[in-house]
Amino acid sequence: MLIDLHNIHKTYDNGQPLHVLKGIDLGIGEGEFVSIMGASGSGKSTLLNILGILDNYDEGEYWLDSKLIKNLSEKEAAHYRNQLIGFVFQSFNLINFKTAVENVELPLYYQGVSRKKRNELAMSYLEHFGLADWATHYPNELSGGQKQRVAIARALITRPRILLADEPTGALDSKTSVEVMDLLTELNRTEKVTIIVVTHESGVANCTDKIIHIKDGIIGETTLNEQHQSSIFGTNTIMK
Amino acid sequence: MNDLLTEIWESIRRNKLRTALTGFAVAWGIFMLIVLLGAGNGLMNAFMNQGEHFATNTMAVFGGVTSKPANGYQTGRRINLNDQDVAITQSALFSGNVDKISPELFKGPYTLAFKSRHTSVYLNGCYPSLMEMNKIEMLEGRFINQNDIKQHRKSIVLAASHAIELMNGGEDYASLVGKTVTTDNITWVVVGVYKTDRTAQRVEAFAPITTMQMITNDINYVDRINFSFHGLTTKEENEQFEKTYRAALNRAHKAAPDDESSIWIWNRFTQNMQMGKGTHYIRTALWVLGILTLVGGIVGVSNIMLITVKERTREFGIRKAIGASPREIMKLILAESVSITALFGYIGMFLGMVACEVMKMTVGQSSVEFFGETIRLFVNPTVSLSISFGVTILLVVAGAIAGISPAMKAARIRPIEALNET
Ligand SMILES: Nc1ncnc2c1ncn2[C@@H]1O[C@H](COP(=O)(O)OP(=O)(O)OP(=O)(O)O)[C@@H](O)[C@H]1O
Ligand SMILES: [Mg+2]
Repeated sequence: MLIDLHNIHKTYDNGQPLHVLKGIDLGIGEGEFVSIMGASGSGKSTLLNILGILDNYDEGEYWLDSKLIKNLSEKEAAHYRNQLIGFVFQSFNLINFKTAVENVELPLYYQGVSRKKRNELAMSYLEHFGLADWATHYPNELSGGQKQRVAIARALITRPRILLADEPTGALDSKTSVEVMDLLTELNRTEKVTIIVVTHESGVANCTDKIIHIKDGIIGETTLNEQHQSSIFGTNTIMK
Repeated sequence: MNDLLTEIWESIRRNKLRTALTGFAVAWGIFMLIVLLGAGNGLMNAFMNQGEHFATNTMAVFGGVTSKPANGYQTGRRINLNDQDVAITQSALFSGNVDKISPELFKGPYTLAFKSRHTSVYLNGCYPSLMEMNKIEMLEGRFINQNDIKQHRKSIVLAASHAIELMNGGEDYASLVGKTVTTDNITWVVVGVYKTDRTAQRVEAFAPITTMQMITNDINYVDRINFSFHGLTTKEENEQFEKTYRAALNRAHKAAPDDESSIWIWNRFTQNMQMGKGTHYIRTALWVLGILTLVGGIVGVSNIMLITVKERTREFGIRKAIGASPREIMKLILAESVSITALFGYIGMFLGMVACEVMKMTVGQSSVEFFGETIRLFVNPTVSLSISFGVTILLVVAGAIAGISPAMKAARIRPIEALNET
């Protein structure tokens, strides 16, 4: 398993303690395309942040690519994030004073890649996502779908083995949502990137191969969805 | 490196007002530091210049007015120095410390004439050793010598400025040596011409004191006794010497031995010692003032950097989420802080140096009359290149110090918290 979680607990303590994750056991293999669903406040984002080493957990064990991820220094965490993981957020999180291409090449900067190589690679990604004409535009000049595609390009440019997406379609309309999900599906099929998508839209979840439900801080039922028939709205549509 | 500069440039471009404000604080700090140091240097150079006219190990002695009744005399009696006092100074009593002696007798102004040209002059009757003590630099001929003294010769040493005047503004004053000039009805032979310093006291001509005493009918009278000394290195030693010396002269004039107003002693050595202390205090005070102003600038930069870090929390969170290590973030802030400080510091330094030059051209040229002596308040009020290099290092260090706290804050930002902020 690429990702192995054993009995993960997480409690937030802002004045009064809030036990959010109450013993998560989860395994995700290389090349899987899974979604995590659950009610608002059920701890989906919390779980995804732990998976992405953006946050730490209180109890249990998290094995990533056979390495125990526990009490890492900031430096080590940054290293793993940079080498293994790409993030896509609901609110895009592009740096708004950098152009699209500058945003995309930034992770390579932290890998010490030369400016020229960075630029070439970033441009090729933007081209692939149909954004070549927008390369020198700033985020506030882009539509939501374009921004999210830039964000995905940025997440993928380091060729991460895992792509974590927290409600990647949350701020997009249904047509753009379909485009983004198609893009993720293609990545999973051709590049074999392991993709974990947090969502509470069943249409989005239906695009993935496996749907993990989280409820009351533990993993509930896991639905295999190879046929992509789970959506009550049918295949290839995302109702908003 | 190039990338880092790009990042800094972007940040500066995006925060023009902030950059201008911090920049102003730093530029002002450095400007003040340079101007203060420049002014201080000007003051001290002026001090030094004053001192440079005399050998430092000399004393000058004047007669005064008694302040204590003694030997049947009331107070308020005027004491005139005379040949006997010169003899006492020269005697075995003080030969352990006293080296060379020259009394002085001032008279004037006279009309100094050569052919049809004339100018006004003060005459200073002295011994040959005055040349060394007053650092008189001969341009032509010689100074007063022992034979002039013994034979009451009418030899005169002219100032270059006077010699030029007498030669109708011509520079060939050398040809004046050996010629005769007159003061009122006395004829002198010019034996030498000395260099006049623009900053020096009133310009005078030197003559043998014996001749002066003779022609002015001031037999057995001197205005001042100068002597150089050795072996008095501490303040205490100097005070002890002055005490016994004063007592000896007082006794000769039948005044109270400890009367301090009947005999005035001006000790240039202790004077210099105090001046040295004075300049030291001034210098320290200026540095402290300058540094405080600069610290103000640093605190300003630091505060504003802290605000930017807060504003950019989300950005740093994003950077960390995509793989920036805490070090990278710190580097970014520190480099920005150093760049802003150094850039505006240099602007401040440049303006400060311009201000120093302006000072040099204005206040630096003016002078005041002080007891008949011309004193320049400012001499060359500028800072040296080495200080400027020092300031450069200071700036980089200051920028780094200003950046440390914001940089650490930025490096500590947890991506998860930064990203949750909207
Ligand atoms: N930093 C935090 N400090 C304190 N409580 C937090 C923090 N982050 C999340 N929580 C709380 O933890 C619980 C789970 O939050 P989480 O963001 O994981 O939910 P979610 O499943 O992603 O919800 P949504 O679908 O609304 O995004 C919520 O009750 C939330 O208020
Ligand atoms: Mg969430």
